[in-house]
Amino acid sequence: MSMDFEQRTLSDVSAGDELPELSIDVTPSTVVLGALATRDWRPMHHDKDFAQERNGTRHIFINTPHNAAYFERYITDWTGPKGRLGKIQFRMSDSVFPGDTMVFHGKVEDTGTDAKGCGWVDLAVWLTVGEKTTTSCKARVALPTDADDNPWKRKGSDWQPRPEA
Amino acid sequence: MSDLPAEVEGWIDQRRYEEWGEFDVERGYIFSSCSSVQNGNPIYWDEKAANEITDGFIAPPTMISVWFRPHYWSPGRTEEAVALQLHFDLKEKLGLPEAVMSDNTITFYEPVRPGDRLKVTQILRSVSEPKTTKLGTGRFWVFDVEMENQKGELCAIESYTGFGYTRG
Repeated sequence: MSMDFEQRTLSDVSAGDELPELSIDVTPSTVVLGALATRDWRPMHHDKDFAQERNGTRHIFINTPHNAAYFERYITDWTGPKGRLGKIQFRMSDSVFPGDTMVFHGKVEDTGTDAKGCGWVDLAVWLTVGEKTTTSCKARVALPTDADDNPWKRKGSDWQPRPEA
Repeated sequence: MSDLPAEVEGWIDQRRYEEWGEFDVERGYIFSSCSSVQNGNPIYWDEKAANEITDGFIAPPTMISVWFRPHYWSPGRTEEAVALQLHFDLKEKLGLPEAVMSDNTITFYEPVRPGDRLKVTQILRSVSEPKTTKLGTGRFWVFDVEMENQKGELCAIESYTGFGYTRG
């Protein structure tokens, strides 16, 4: 198998740029596939009766690591495969259920190059269902500074995903 | 911090609950994860792309918690295995029956690769003074979960902020 892909570099990106929206119709299979793929066996992610009776929710709901995997996919769809996630911070304020259409949104907050020459993009990313924001996310992702650069080749002190550390 | 039980105060910045994952990182779960979110990134599917870009196949970074989640069942286990034991111990020692997680931050270092076995360590960083929120009265705590591979390389640090409380 050989796949073609597009790759964004740091010079392609400016603060204020918006990422294209991604819309996903959620079904029970969506929720269960994610729960099993993340080895989360807790019943509120596969047993509707349990979710309703014990959690008081209207249905089973997407678990946190599945949510994180969606954010990662959304971000690297935009960067291309040389985009390397450095840090992700998220806050879930509401759950996502079968029947919902979840829409991912993103915006470039800042770009820059660190002391080691690594190119970074700071993103605000958020997930909405209808008018409601269910998860907010801040992500820091490394992008190639030019066509020959590749953040995945960085090791040790050349890789500094937490700038305040 | 002087009003904290001495035992809990002694946990701060101590590496606790060091545990190895129960299985090696493997591509089957990587495919399951990518399929579950329709992630077509070629570094997970295409050997040529993986070799060129990431020096071979890696796991998606956000899968990091997958590699140390316990099996649903295994021979000889008599109790349910609990992830984030530190969180549950804090609830018990501080007498706070309810708890929620408010923030979750993951910082990624060395990529995780098929064949790796990960070790996880939980480290309490801080416990707040008593606070009252709309949920009730309790304390905030921050703890890190560090994950390293079999070569001792740091792969990720996951930081959680929890709030343990008694309903108001």
